[in-house]
Amino acid sequence: MAHADIERVEREGLAALAAIDDLAALDDWRVTWLGKSGTASGLLRGIGALAAEERPAFGAAVNTMKQALEGALDERAAVLRAAALADEMAGDAIDVTLPGTRPPQGGLHPATVADRRALQIYAEMGFQVYLSREVETDEMNFELLNMPKHHPARDMQDTFYISDEVVLRTHTSPGQIRAMRAYAPEPIRIVLPGMVYRSEQVTVRSEMQFTQIEGLAIGPGITMADLKGTISNFAGRYYGEDRPIRFRASYFPFTEPSAEVDVRCTCGGEGCKLCKGTGWLEIMGCGMVHPVVLKNGGYDPARVSGFAFGGGTMRTQMLAHQIDDIRHYWANDLRFLEQLR
Amino acid sequence: MKVVWSWLKDYVNLDGVTPEELAERWTLAGLEVEGVTRVGDWWDPALIVVGAVTRVEPHPDADRLCLAWVDWGAGEPHRCVTGAPNLYQLREQGDLPTPMKVVFAREGSVLVDAYSDDPTPKRIKLKGRKVRGIMSDAMVCSERELGISEEHEGILVLEDDAPVGAPIGDVLGDAIFDLDLTANYAYAANMVGIARETAALLGRPFTEPPLPTLGDTAQSDGAGDSTGDNTGAGAGADAATLVAVAIDDPALCPRYTARVIRGVTVGPSPAWMQRRLRLAGMRPINNVVDVTNYTMLEWGEPLHAFDYDRLVARADGGTPSITVRLARPGETMTTLDDAERTLTPKTLLITDSAGPIAMAGVMGGADTEVGAETTNILLEAATFDFVSIRRATKHYALPSESAWRFGRDVPPQLSEAGSRCAAGLLAELAGGTVAPGVVDAYPGPRTNPTITMPIADFERVLGVALPSAEIVGLLHRLGFEAAVQGDDYKDGETLTATAPAHRVDQQLPADLIEEVGRVYGYDRLPATALADPLPTQRDNPRLMQEDATRDALAAAGLQEIISYRFTAIAHESMLDASAGGTGTSSGDETGADEQNGVSSTYVTLRNPSSPDRAVMRRSILTGLLDAAAANRRYRERIALFEVGSVFHPAAGKDLPDEPRHAGLVLLGPGTPGDWRSSGEAQDSVRPLDFYDGKGAVEVLLDTLGVEATFAAGSHPSLHPGRTAAVHVGGEEGAALAGHVGELHPLVRERWALGDEPVVVAELDLDVLAQASGVVRPFVGFSTYPPVERDLAVVVDEATPAGDVERAIRSAGGPLLVHCALFDVYRGEQLPAGKKSLAFSLRFQAPNKTLEGKAVDGMRGRIVKTLESAVGAEIR
Repeated sequence: MAHADIERVEREGLAALAAIDDLAALDDWRVTWLGKSGTASGLLRGIGALAAEERPAFGAAVNTMKQALEGALDERAAVLRAAALADEMAGDAIDVTLPGTRPPQGGLHPATVADRRALQIYAEMGFQVYLSREVETDEMNFELLNMPKHHPARDMQDTFYISDEVVLRTHTSPGQIRAMRAYAPEPIRIVLPGMVYRSEQVTVRSEMQFTQIEGLAIGPGITMADLKGTISNFAGRYYGEDRPIRFRASYFPFTEPSAEVDVRCTCGGEGCKLCKGTGWLEIMGCGMVHPVVLKNGGYDPARVSGFAFGGGTMRTQMLAHQIDDIRHYWANDLRFLEQLR
Repeated sequence: MKVVWSWLKDYVNLDGVTPEELAERWTLAGLEVEGVTRVGDWWDPALIVVGAVTRVEPHPDADRLCLAWVDWGAGEPHRCVTGAPNLYQLREQGDLPTPMKVVFAREGSVLVDAYSDDPTPKRIKLKGRKVRGIMSDAMVCSERELGISEEHEGILVLEDDAPVGAPIGDVLGDAIFDLDLTANYAYAANMVGIARETAALLGRPFTEPPLPTLGDTAQSDGAGDSTGDNTGAGAGADAATLVAVAIDDPALCPRYTARVIRGVTVGPSPAWMQRRLRLAGMRPINNVVDVTNYTMLEWGEPLHAFDYDRLVARADGGTPSITVRLARPGETMTTLDDAERTLTPKTLLITDSAGPIAMAGVMGGADTEVGAETTNILLEAATFDFVSIRRATKHYALPSESAWRFGRDVPPQLSEAGSRCAAGLLAELAGGTVAPGVVDAYPGPRTNPTITMPIADFERVLGVALPSAEIVGLLHRLGFEAAVQGDDYKDGETLTATAPAHRVDQQLPADLIEEVGRVYGYDRLPATALADPLPTQRDNPRLMQEDATRDALAAAGLQEIISYRFTAIAHESMLDASAGGTGTSSGDETGADEQNGVSSTYVTLRNPSSPDRAVMRRSILTGLLDAAAANRRYRERIALFEVGSVFHPAAGKDLPDEPRHAGLVLLGPGTPGDWRSSGEAQDSVRPLDFYDGKGAVEVLLDTLGVEATFAAGSHPSLHPGRTAAVHVGGEEGAALAGHVGELHPLVRERWALGDEPVVVAELDLDVLAQASGVVRPFVGFSTYPPVERDLAVVVDEATPAGDVERAIRSAGGPLLVHCALFDVYRGEQLPAGKKSLAFSLRFQAPNKTLEGKAVDGMRGRIVKTLESAVGAEIR
């Protein structure tokens, strides 16, 4: 009879427990069923009615039953706590599609972003940055670069003059002479980024102030094939491996041979408005450093050779982002700047 | 320059090459083609064909029309109705003895609407209709209807050998190339030059156009010693007896040739010449002018034709005597655009005894201009110093085809061909007689140098090993004389080469390398990785500092801008609160020097694009304030920075100093508002102020590793009570690196920046660089519990918090590991003129737990120090 009681108590206790659905009532249940004067303990109080040899087994069975109830209590408590938490969180639900709160965000100017990308690629090829001044002598900007006064090539670069002998640099190339004179006769592998100035009408396509990056390599074994390899590597990363480039002969007074580098237009070569039907976009000028320039820089053109390349970085960025007006760059309108940082 | 495909074919065989292929080949070889225009590519080859008019009759019912039968190669001749004068005049002839070749267009052809007044008339489809009872469903075409020219007076008559039935595009189709030639390719800016180049690139022969001999072989030395008394242009008189030529300075005019052509009739030039000139972009004028232009386009030698009789008249009936010389002071002349010009002494002139008759190479004079009545001509073919021509072209703003060519160095050898070609054409087309001989002043004949160089240099520069035979072959194709001596390629094989006369650009070994590379094709060169050892790699502290500055300020929430480095003195003087500047006038404050465009304070442009971009900025703040003002129209919160050069003229030096400055501007709410703060009271949002600017500067200084001190300072743009001067370099030899502060209200007003504070900072990165790179040793942190104590100090309002904090730190000793101001209080509970500064202090020992008693002792020492050092009272 006694063992049957144990089973009954367990059954009834579990049933009562299952009926409970709030955490506070669990405590009452514990007192009722597992407390010192609770039902389970009550069974033990009746142990005296049993034969002595049955007592240990009965006691053990009651304890096992109590443990089962305790286990069930913990389980039930866990379930109810989880349900309560879930209820609480359900009430805390928010609209996750509302805008996030951003910390005040700064950023770099698009021209800086474009320069850094190019400089990083050049750096990985061993071209280190050389910074050079912006107000230059006519000698540095032109004459030492094989452009004497009244040279026809000066027509290509309308110049801002400070005096007869001082100009705003029209290109980053005077830095070539400064670098050569600083490093000769050591070999050179540098890039010269910076602001340059041209006395041009400011229009949708042309600016009187713009950024340029120029590269220069000088050493005993530098060839035009190396120039092609270097620019191909750069263009593959900057424009994508799938954009072919081509070298066509051109003219710059400070390089010979000289070439212009074109990259396949975004139209894939079909010809479009952007490339004026040619299928190609001009990205930079380049060439082998002219012997006169090497000499002016302090190198012996019979023993060393070099290449130079350079172009505007804004133009490339304009193509990539379909920026239709170069005047955005220095207008500093946040609606422009914030899109490209 | 425009190149006409059909014209080019006179000199080089272009079979099997399309105009587009040729354009590509030229472009890759350096002759950049900007565009190819096809003439007549829209003509339907099946409908518009060569026809032969075999019979013309009057129209039975219309006086002004006629009927023409056109054989177009299919079946019976087709009857057309036309009023074209050149057929109408044949209406009584019936069958023509020789059929007349015309352009025949059948029904359905698309042609230009010749009767439209539109400058660019539409094309319309030809439809059959009855004209006075007779069906007209085909027509014979004028040039206008084909879109070749405006000519619509009569129908276009083709050469007799045009094949009947052939698509008209085969006969009249053409292509025009628009070339953008760089300075070194000026030799190709003429049909002969571009043909030579084309022949070399295609490896095909070049056919030089034949020049008339004109019966003269002897050349005068041009000393102008003509002694003949025959002053008229009499038959048989030698040129040397008709004109004398003298050159003042052979450096400015290496060669001057003159021929005399007598008895010309000025009139229109023939259709073929007009067509070519038009296609090449020049307007036909009359046969004399057209011949000189045509010859210039063909050979590249600009010519000038003078009215010889005017020259004789100016010589009072004597022999004209031409002198090439510089203008004399005050000299004037009327050029043929009827402008009276005062000549600068650097202007090279063609003169006679009566004065200037032409600005050499740039423009002729009105007085000796060839006109309708002209019968005798003096033909000039000369060479002038290109610098002199360029200067004159620029100075007088007279660009022309002639000046463009002279400005790029026309070789003196070309005078010969140019003069002969034009004289021959004048005889042929204007009915003139060329006087025998040429007056040729050519004091120092020019020759191209012979260039000697190691064959191995081609590989050294191009990176591809070309056999010497191939190099020589490529040079021969370009018309060079070239040969190789020696037989060891690497050591001793030597090239000797001389460029043809027209290649004045070939002076150095590098020129030959370029020619060989260019014609070989850069696309055929390999692309290799640099094999030279990597040069020594060096840090670039300036760049690293600029990058770190940008990154720090961007991370602090500021947006980088880049402004024009150009500004106006008046604009930048708006930064000076004490000046009256409104930015609209140059104002008195800029001083007399500035008003003359010369400034000792500013780097001043001699040729600014506009008055508001006339000088280089001295400060970086104007651009920032301009940008703040512009963006404030649609943004409440502005946080901008700029890094870049400013320009300070340096006394006694040609070049200015270009310190690199970093500047920033902050204004608006301290936190950007969003949907969550919209309910909050507007005034609960603190506006950005001095301390936000100072914080940004502190972040920057920390990033750059600069120890700096902030002290009350003054700056012409800033609020006198809200300005800190930033010094670096410690107590000893501290250098001023810049300022941070709130804009002076007057300055703020000038930029219309509202009523709230505008914080700006301007720092000299070069000064910061001198103090940067402080490497702070690592300070270990204790694992023992810290003891926190607060300390509220009442001091005079004027006592800087920085002084109080310094006193606390020095009295606190090594165990005071943290000291931070957390509250500033002024108010009722304090006497007037006093403020309370509350600091939180943290004490911690590296090796033990501090006893409360020990901490109290340290705090006591701090209090004592404060009482004596800053007169503090502890609350």
